[in-house]
Amino acid sequence: MIIEYVGVKEINGSLVVIDGVKGVSYEEIVDIKLDNGTSRQGRVVQIEGDRIVVQVFEGTRDISLDNTTTRLTGHPMEMPLSPEIVGRILDGAGRPIDGLGDIYPVKKRDVNGTAINPVSRIYPRNYINTGISSIDTLSTLIRGQKLPIFSGSGMKHNELAVQIVRQAKITGADESNFGVVFAAMGVKNDVADYFKKSFEEAGVMQHVTMFLNLSNDPIIERTLTPRCALTVAEYLAFELNMHILVIMTDMTSYAEALREFSSSKGEIPGRKGYPGYLYSDLASMYERAGMIKGSTGSLTQIPILTMPNDDITHPVPDLTGYITEGQIVLDRGLQNQGIYPPVNVLPSLSRLMKDGIGEGFTRSDHPALSNQLFASYAKVIDARSLASVIGEEELSDTDKKYIEFGRQFESTFINQGFNEDRDIGQSLDLGWKLLSTLPRSELDRVDDELLDKYYGK
Amino acid sequence: MANVIYGINGPVVIVKNATEFSMMEMVYVGKQRLVGEIIGITSEFTTIQCYEETTGLKPGDPVEGTHTQMTLMLGPGILDNIFDGIERPLAEIEKEVGAFINRGSQVSSLDTEREWDVTVTVKVGDELKGGEVFATCPETQIITHKMMVPPLLSGKVVEVKPNGCYKLNDVIVKLEDRYGTIHELTLVQRWPIRTPRPVAQRLTPTVPLITGQRVIDTLFPISKGGTAAIPGGFGTGKTMTQHQLAKWCDADIIVYVGCGERGNEMSQVLQEFSELIDPKSGRPLTDRTTLIANTSNMPVAAREASIYTGITLAEYYRDMGYDVAIMADSTSRWAEALREISGRLEEMPAEEGFPAYLPSRLSEFYERAGRADVLSGSQGSVTIIGAVSPQGSDFSEPVTQNTKRFTRCFWALDKSLAYARHYPAINWMDSYSEYFTDLDPYYDEHYGREFIEYRNSISALLQEENRLMEIVKLIGSDVLPDDQKLIIEIAKIIRVGFLQQNAFHKDDTYVPLEKQKRMMEVILHLYEQAKTVVARNIPIKRIIEAGLFEKVTRIKYDIPNDNLGMFDEYIADIDEKIRNIVS
Repeated sequence: MIIEYVGVKEINGSLVVIDGVKGVSYEEIVDIKLDNGTSRQGRVVQIEGDRIVVQVFEGTRDISLDNTTTRLTGHPMEMPLSPEIVGRILDGAGRPIDGLGDIYPVKKRDVNGTAINPVSRIYPRNYINTGISSIDTLSTLIRGQKLPIFSGSGMKHNELAVQIVRQAKITGADESNFGVVFAAMGVKNDVADYFKKSFEEAGVMQHVTMFLNLSNDPIIERTLTPRCALTVAEYLAFELNMHILVIMTDMTSYAEALREFSSSKGEIPGRKGYPGYLYSDLASMYERAGMIKGSTGSLTQIPILTMPNDDITHPVPDLTGYITEGQIVLDRGLQNQGIYPPVNVLPSLSRLMKDGIGEGFTRSDHPALSNQLFASYAKVIDARSLASVIGEEELSDTDKKYIEFGRQFESTFINQGFNEDRDIGQSLDLGWKLLSTLPRSELDRVDDELLDKYYGK
Repeated sequence: MANVIYGINGPVVIVKNATEFSMMEMVYVGKQRLVGEIIGITSEFTTIQCYEETTGLKPGDPVEGTHTQMTLMLGPGILDNIFDGIERPLAEIEKEVGAFINRGSQVSSLDTEREWDVTVTVKVGDELKGGEVFATCPETQIITHKMMVPPLLSGKVVEVKPNGCYKLNDVIVKLEDRYGTIHELTLVQRWPIRTPRPVAQRLTPTVPLITGQRVIDTLFPISKGGTAAIPGGFGTGKTMTQHQLAKWCDADIIVYVGCGERGNEMSQVLQEFSELIDPKSGRPLTDRTTLIANTSNMPVAAREASIYTGITLAEYYRDMGYDVAIMADSTSRWAEALREISGRLEEMPAEEGFPAYLPSRLSEFYERAGRADVLSGSQGSVTIIGAVSPQGSDFSEPVTQNTKRFTRCFWALDKSLAYARHYPAINWMDSYSEYFTDLDPYYDEHYGREFIEYRNSISALLQEENRLMEIVKLIGSDVLPDDQKLIIEIAKIIRVGFLQQNAFHKDDTYVPLEKQKRMMEVILHLYEQAKTVVARNIPIKRIIEAGLFEKVTRIKYDIPNDNLGMFDEYIADIDEKIRNIVS
């Protein structure tokens, strides 16, 4: 027997409180019917005796204390899954919006997922060739990794993401095996269009599943979007053995939605008003990347987030950086100099790279070369700050060489065309060519054997 | 009347009108019997923190008490194993439910079917006190597990089994206490995670924990039984440093706690440690290691418990007389778990939303480190090395500041060093160790008085360089007189050739103290010799051109760890080249 509960007790932001509810379970989904015939979904977020607090995904507009009937569905939020989901466009809560009809589910999964047993993980080692020098050489992307792009408003993170999707070559995987799950959270309509168009132009649209929660869509739905997307991605990767790249943009909007929800629930805020559990919450999504035993697929994440005021210590990038396996940081200064992609290599990092490069993966000189490039470029920054005080003329000869090296490095190595696809050999050779402009004695991270082989060649 | 769930909010579950629960009691929640712990009691409500996801729990579901605190199963089988935050064996769970962790798993912590080759060391009539050993068995090829009488028990042995193969729950010894009650001792005992295990007497930590990492062993040493904090923003190499210490430090047992960190990192530890061979024993590192993995997406309350689980396991092995090192990565995640649960309980927050009891919890944890005469009659130690992940890389935040108060080593990781890929990125200006006075006699005795003198000179040079760099930043290095330029050059050798250490180089990843000492000796010898050149107003450029600085910088790679005689050649070479320049 299905009981319907008439009316609500309280309405506060996106939350409604209902009294006298029996047999409800935590995180259960409820259907709320309005008098005008429309219906909404909500999720039970707190239970106290027979009083429950429900978060309404589409917002509480038009809801009054007595114009609703609420029905329990008996299960938590589930995502219908089927191989046919590839190529579809869905809204933020996983409902099709491309006019191609409903998804006939083969199975349904709880969108919250469950934690991967650390014992069952395969340590990711295979690199993904993105054809972008600054990433391949210095912050190599590994299959099964979560590598976010830290950006700011107005910077070219979307272009970079598109270029990665277009150029990403996964060694040993055929094309039909590769898929993209795209989750847009609070992005502008134009941005969503840009991605759609770019995927179509690159001819990958039939491999893309899109989840769109645009900036004018309900905010609370935004907290569901990445979870729905990752549930689909896990299904494709771990059950259908596909190599899935998940792009989530913009994580900052997601976190803001979470903050809004948290404050309307009256929770004690942590830093900058974000809830204290923001770390756990972000981790519950980022940690869904990886590879597991018993499946040949992989789930790689590229979350994109805009740092408010370009501040890397803001809670969202800060906590993200603590969970993800490195980060690619974009820099406004470089962008203003017309350098694309404006990757600031020093704070950028790939934690999994050390085991996925070198002999047998890329090239044996890769680890030493990338170390040396980092060290030398760090000295460029020192030399520049000195030059800004005493003027470039007054620098020592070595420092002048560093300044010149820095200029070349930025304009030829980091800078590359939107359609330029460099293979790893090209990128590494370019790195050596640049290092050769510095005195050999300055290259203290490389041993003599490699120097003999590559220096000045 | 059975106790039932009244309210649910995240990991916090409320029971109404219950009377028989006690604080910190372990309970089973709901029909799936999820593990939880009582964390608050009022006359009306009892608050439970649940160690598993609470999705799907309903009001009216049963809550069942166990009348014991949250305890661990302690016995052979802990080493070479991986557990979650409340000591559930992850490999067994994988066998049971597959790659994704299900809730309500009832797997026993240790394998009760496995047989151990037990040697009984007591006979009928022996008087045994708490903590004394009654049997041993080889747990791994290098570690002998000692079965001890539970610390609070004592009495006379009335029955013993012969040596042989036994399972965990087989009774080996029967003990009659002074009231005439018979206690059966098996291979396992249980101990509550939040209570420190007792010791006979605490000792001053006077033996260093040798890590083979130059910046630590030389400049900021830690002793066995000491405490250290490694704070650093993301990407500064906290985890990497922890891994290096876990691999190379000379403790007998390593407890590695992955507390709210990345799943892929744990699988890396699992893989690397089983492949890496311990140079001292010739066996894989996993033979002396136990892992506690509570990754960031696993339930937050179990993350809070994982630190206590780790330290309790460490104390258990300490009681057998082993030197144990526990790596906690990261204690900030644990503090955040406290904050998260405190927030759900609507407690009044102190700094940055952290609960007011954060400092007392931290000090309770770090105070469980120490070197001691243990109850089994030997000596053991627990060394705690805790990583701290400061929010926004700001060391003034509460967790870093409070940790600083309760640890005696502070290895501050520095972003700019990490950006320049100078690893370990331990900043030599911000870091400190308070163990110098405790450890100096040991260094003195084993490595000679020079070791300490060299260290002081090295640290003085780095201080001096730091002062000079302030000037260089303003006006460039060209204007400095040659004697100061020399300090900058030598400090550069110290930074690049000594402090910076390559974890991926076969020799450089672990450097014995004797080599560390000789390296300092050569660097300082070069400095002394070069000073005589500069004193004669010969331009420093001549020394640079002779390639001496470069050559000494590369000592770490060029001299193998097993051929320290080569240092003499270096010293001779320095002398000769300097003679040529001067003459």
